[in-house]
Amino acid sequence: MSDFSATSSLLFRDLTLAWHRRSDVLQPLAFAVLVVLLFAITLGGDRARLSAMAAPIIWVTVLLANFLSFDQFFREDAADGTLDQWLSSAVHMSALCFGKALAHWLVYGLSLLLATPVLAMLLSLDVSLLPVLLVSIAMGTFGATQIGLVASALTARLRRGGILLALIVLPLFLPLLIFGSGAVDAVQAGLSARSALLLLAAQTTLLTTLAPLAAAASLRIGSDQPP
Amino acid sequence: MNPLLRWFHSLGSPPTFYRFATRWIPWTGFAALVLGAIGLYFGLFRAPADYLQGESFRIIYLHVPSAWMSLFIYVLMAIYGAIALIWRIKLCEILMMAAAPIGAMFTAVTLITGMLWGKPTWGTYWEWDARMTSELVLLFLYFGVLGLANAYDDLRQGARAAAVLALVGVVNVPIIHFSVQWWNTLHQGESVQIIGKSTIHASMLWPLLLVAAASKFYFLFALLQRARTLLLEQERGKSWARELALGAR
Repeated sequence: MSDFSATSSLLFRDLTLAWHRRSDVLQPLAFAVLVVLLFAITLGGDRARLSAMAAPIIWVTVLLANFLSFDQFFREDAADGTLDQWLSSAVHMSALCFGKALAHWLVYGLSLLLATPVLAMLLSLDVSLLPVLLVSIAMGTFGATQIGLVASALTARLRRGGILLALIVLPLFLPLLIFGSGAVDAVQAGLSARSALLLLAAQTTLLTTLAPLAAAASLRIGSDQPP
Repeated sequence: MNPLLRWFHSLGSPPTFYRFATRWIPWTGFAALVLGAIGLYFGLFRAPADYLQGESFRIIYLHVPSAWMSLFIYVLMAIYGAIALIWRIKLCEILMMAAAPIGAMFTAVTLITGMLWGKPTWGTYWEWDARMTSELVLLFLYFGVLGLANAYDDLRQGARAAAVLALVGVVNVPIIHFSVQWWNTLHQGESVQIIGKSTIHASMLWPLLLVAAASKFYFLFALLQRARTLLLEQERGKSWARELALGAR
């Protein structure tokens, strides 16, 4: 089986699995709406204040909701032995890892992206900021998923990921967050978002190239397979 | 075989490294103590006070060497990690694991001394300055490596997972550093300028360099000490470790 066909069938499998558990996919979205609700309540429901802080709140909320979904990455595949089957197959593990990340983004990243306008409406974000917010969230969640891929691969065989996963992932989110919310900030200040978006794109590209390799190396660590 | 290369190869074997570490621990510790004492004496008591910051500038004799070490150790840890993953040299896993807590300690010292200096100078303990922010992130990167290594039951698996994370981190350290700088310049026009290296007077500089050398020796001392303990723990089933433990009894 070639790498390409193996990866595409893995992608298809993961998407089918996600479709059969639609309620699991909705949980990060519910979490995101709840966090926004908490912010709105703590800030006193003041529309002007909420609107000024909407973009950073949405960015943090989306990244945290995305982070919550990382626990799903490899846990079941590691528990039922699928992971070991992949490792002993002739297919390149990094190709499978890329497929895994792509499927994860198509399920969780895309649904968060689709939920972003709703979050923006709840926080009364200026409508003119919505396009740049959506573009930056689309790229940012893709990059974040790659970080999550590596971190989940490192913790896949551990009994509990939880806080450790947060400790690994959240510091690495920082550059994505800076350029992502920086792009929205720039538009808000009447500047061009070009440089921030280009840097965000560069970063996501770098992550997408390197993360599957790092994840493949990490998954081998816990197994008895030779490299 | 080239004798130097041969020495290097034999150092990779745990009993040889154990003997090597035992031989060098007192010397590195002694060098750190002497250099540190001289450097700190001249830095804290003899160097002139700064015309702008007064006596509070003297904290640089702890702050700057720790800051240098914090980054240096992270990079070194990643290099050890890469060697451990690529050539599977067991000793490098151990050196990596031994380096991590020392690096975290230096990072914490950098942050704490920086905060203590910030209060009289900037009027606040914490400022979201680019350097401070990236140093804080570095501390969390260390915590991640340590946490991951400890989460595994198997010492070697934990060390190799931590090695991957250290490598991922070292790719990210410059990205984080520059992104934080970019963020900082975007958000606040005025940024606190830290005295440039070239503008420091020689009478203030040489004690600093002595303390920096002392911190390097201290690092070697702590590294060898920790590596020796980890080595014994990992090799406890081997005959050389048993003989050593029985001999010590």
